[in-house]
Amino acid sequence: MDKDQFLQAFAEQFDETDLSVFTPSTKFKELDEWSSMVALMIIAMVDENYNKKITGADLREAVTIEDLFNRVHAK
Amino acid sequence: MALLHNRFVSITGISACVPGQIEKNSENSFFPEGDVKAFIHNVGVEEFRKAGEDTCTSDLCVAAAEKLLEDTGVDRSEIGLLVFVSQSPDYYFLPNTACIIQDRLKLSKETLAFDVPLGCSGYIYGLNLIAAFLSSGQMKRGLLLVGDTASKIPYPKDKSSSMLFGDAGAATLLEYDEKADGLFFHMATDGSGHKAIIVPEGGYRNRFTANSLTAYTNEEGLTRSPNSLHLDGFDVFSFGISEAPKTCKKLMDHLKITTEDIDFAVFHQANKMMNEKIRKKLSLPETKVPYSLKHFGNTSSASIPLTIVTELKTALSNPVNRLLLCGFGVGLSWGTLYTNNRSIFVSDLIEI
Repeated sequence: MDKDQFLQAFAEQFDETDLSVFTPSTKFKELDEWSSMVALMIIAMVDENYNKKITGADLREAVTIEDLFNRVHAK
Repeated sequence: MALLHNRFVSITGISACVPGQIEKNSENSFFPEGDVKAFIHNVGVEEFRKAGEDTCTSDLCVAAAEKLLEDTGVDRSEIGLLVFVSQSPDYYFLPNTACIIQDRLKLSKETLAFDVPLGCSGYIYGLNLIAAFLSSGQMKRGLLLVGDTASKIPYPKDKSSSMLFGDAGAATLLEYDEKADGLFFHMATDGSGHKAIIVPEGGYRNRFTANSLTAYTNEEGLTRSPNSLHLDGFDVFSFGISEAPKTCKKLMDHLKITTEDIDFAVFHQANKMMNEKIRKKLSLPETKVPYSLKHFGNTSSASIPLTIVTELKTALSNPVNRLLLCGFGVGLSWGTLYTNNRSIFVSDLIEI
C-alpha cells in the first residue's frame, strides 16, 4: 500500500477543499467539508481500491489521514 | 456454507400497503437545509410514508393480505402456514402478532402461525422458511407477511436515521408446485456486528428504566434516547457494500449463472449510495435494478416486495421471471434468493 496514492485517493473524495490542504498530518475531521457523506465516500474508496473494510470505530479513532492509512494498512 | 434449495415451490402473488401520510424530507425543520439536501442527493430518499399512532405494522400487513387474497381468489382454508416477519409487533413481548393476524384474516385454526423478528434481511429469511415447509408437499400454501413501522423507532432529532426509514407492510403467497424448479438461497449471519443497528434499552439485556427516554447527544452530534434506534451508518455502509455483492456472487457462482440469467435484481432499499455500489460491483445494468427508495425510504423487511409492487407489477406477469432478491442489515443478517419463477400476480399498491 502506497501512502501517497492513499492520500491522493482520500483527497479526491472532497469537492471543495484544495488539494494542497491534504498532507499525512491533516486532521481530516477538522476540515470544513468533512461530513458523514464524505466519510461514506472514504469507506467506499477503501473498499474499492484496497478491498478492505473501514469501521465506524476506525473513523472515530483516527485523527490524521496517516492514522487512517495505518489502520487500513494493518487490516 | 448455507446454500439451500427448496424444490417444488413457487411465489404466486405479492401485495403491499403503505400509510397515506407522506413526510417530505425537504420540509424537515430539525436539520440545516444544506445537510438535508446532501442527504436527499446521496441517500436518495425524498419522502417516505408515516403510520399514525394507531396504525401498527400488522394493520398494514393485514390490509395487504386481504387485497392479495381477494385479487387472487385463493381459498383461505388452503393456507397452512402464516409467518409474520417484523421488529414492530403489536405487543412487545407477548403474544406473537402472527396469532392475532391468523384470527383477523379468518385463517383456519389448523394454521401454523408465528413471528420472526428480523429486519432488512427478513424477506429472504421468511421466503426461505415458508419454502422449507412447503417443499415437502404437506401443505398447499404459505402466507408471508413482512414489514415495519420503522419510522417510529429513530429519535426524531437523530440525523442518522430520522429521514431514512419509512413504514410499509407486504404480503406474499407461496405454493407447493410440482412443476417448479423452486427457490435457491444463500443465507448468512454475523452477530459480531449486532451493535451496528440496535435499540439498546427496553429488552431483557438492558431493561426499560426511567432514563430510557432521556435524550443525549453523542460525540458525533447525534441526538438519541437509549430506547431509540442506534444506527452506526459507517459500519452498516461498510458491511453492505462488501457482503451484499459477496452473497449474490456466491449464489450465482454456485448456480453457475451470470447477470445474463437475471431479469431483475431487487435489493433491500438501504441507501442509494450503498445500493449503487452494490449494483456496480455486480455489473448489473440500471434497467435490471429497480428502486422504491426515493418515494418510500428504507422500509425494512418490506422494501423488496414494496419495490416489486411499485416498479415491477407489469413485468412479473411474464410467463417466466428470473429474479435475484437480496436483503441485508440488522443482526447482522443477510440472504439472497434466486428463482426461475412462473408469472407472479402483483396487486396494485394500497394505502390506508
